[in-house]
Amino acid sequence: MIARRFLEFAVGLFMILGVVALVVLAFKASSFSQYSQRNSYQVTAVFDHIGDLKIRAPVTIAGVRVGEVKKIMIDPVTFRAKVVMFLDKKQQNLPSDSSASILTAGLIGANYIEIAPGFADNLLKNDGLIEETHPAVILERLIGQLVYNLKGDKEKDENKKTK
Amino acid sequence: MFKLIQLIENFGQKGLAFCERVGIAGIFLTRTALRRPRFLRFLPLLIEQLYFIGVLSLVIVVVSSLFIGMVLGLQGYNILQKFGTVAQLGQLVALSVVRELGPVITGLLFAGRAGSALTAEIGLMQATEQIASMEMMAVDPLWKIIAPRFWAGVISMPVLTAVFDAIAIFGGYLVGVEWLGIDAGQFWSNMQAAVDFRVDVINGLIKSVVFGCIVTWIAVYQGYYTVPTASGISRATTRTVVYSSLAILGLDFILTAFMVGGW
Repeated sequence: MIARRFLEFAVGLFMILGVVALVVLAFKASSFSQYSQRNSYQVTAVFDHIGDLKIRAPVTIAGVRVGEVKKIMIDPVTFRAKVVMFLDKKQQNLPSDSSASILTAGLIGANYIEIAPGFADNLLKNDGLIEETHPAVILERLIGQLVYNLKGDKEKDENKKTK
Repeated sequence: MFKLIQLIENFGQKGLAFCERVGIAGIFLTRTALRRPRFLRFLPLLIEQLYFIGVLSLVIVVVSSLFIGMVLGLQGYNILQKFGTVAQLGQLVALSVVRELGPVITGLLFAGRAGSALTAEIGLMQATEQIASMEMMAVDPLWKIIAPRFWAGVISMPVLTAVFDAIAIFGGYLVGVEWLGIDAGQFWSNMQAAVDFRVDVINGLIKSVVFGCIVTWIAVYQGYYTVPTASGISRATTRTVVYSSLAILGLDFILTAFMVGGW
């Protein structure tokens, strides 16, 4: 029979080890979702196309993270993409004519939203709407356009030659 | 013709027997789990079982998690290298361990290490009529034998899983950063950016609690209702490991399907 004291000591150590592992996981390996209803305000933006934007994608101003995408849905009337994002309450003095664009991190990275502050005197409120938006750039479409334009140029050149 | 009828009869009988067993197991679980807590008298029994079920499982969990983390690091590095995204190794290791490998492999190890021991122990008590004699002395075996083991299993599993997660990530760090030379800052910061504590870590621990319940439930049930012979105990032990492994893998799919919305 194992001594009672040793047993209790070992079990206590075991539980402490579990808590320590959890704390390590919390602070070293993961991050808490920083943006919640409490410390942030909601802003909506309507895009023509969101590309590969995902929920929890970062929202940045000048490259600095200030919020994250909370919800993505389709507007049932206009069929445009409606993106709801949480912005840090510290950035509450954004002008109401700020614009939002969807950019890509690197060449094949994930999409994120960049907000460019505007110049208006009145500020963006909670549940506000960002009116000026720039849709995501879709590489395939870009290539398609390029090919189309090149073809057009060629035809023009040929027309000139025949003239 | 007669044989055919007998075949169908056998089939129906098996179905009925199966339903009965599930019913017995369910009643057994509720009678074990839902009893009036007499906490101060229960605690010493619980601590003893926590030692045998939790603390003694620690070694196998620590060793296997270290190696699994290291293998993940090595495999991930070789794949990510092809795309030139080696810096994402931290994310790959952490997400796969925290979401899936941690709870599932800890559960499987737990079923093999602790579940089988529980079944054999309780089964032998049943075979040597210790449990019957306890009942003779008006000591409730469910309270004295089964409940402490059940709760110890439920408590141990998340603790073991948390340890598994942390050490496997450390193993990935050892291989990725110390051996293959990924930048440590990139490794950790990419991991932190990708892993969310509530969505990923806590959901993994919820899985592990469910697995702990299922494994110890199967183990104590198989032990308690074993055929009290040597071969009966050995069959019950085998069944514990097989059923718990299947239950873990099946439930893991269902739980993941529920949790996948949060990603």
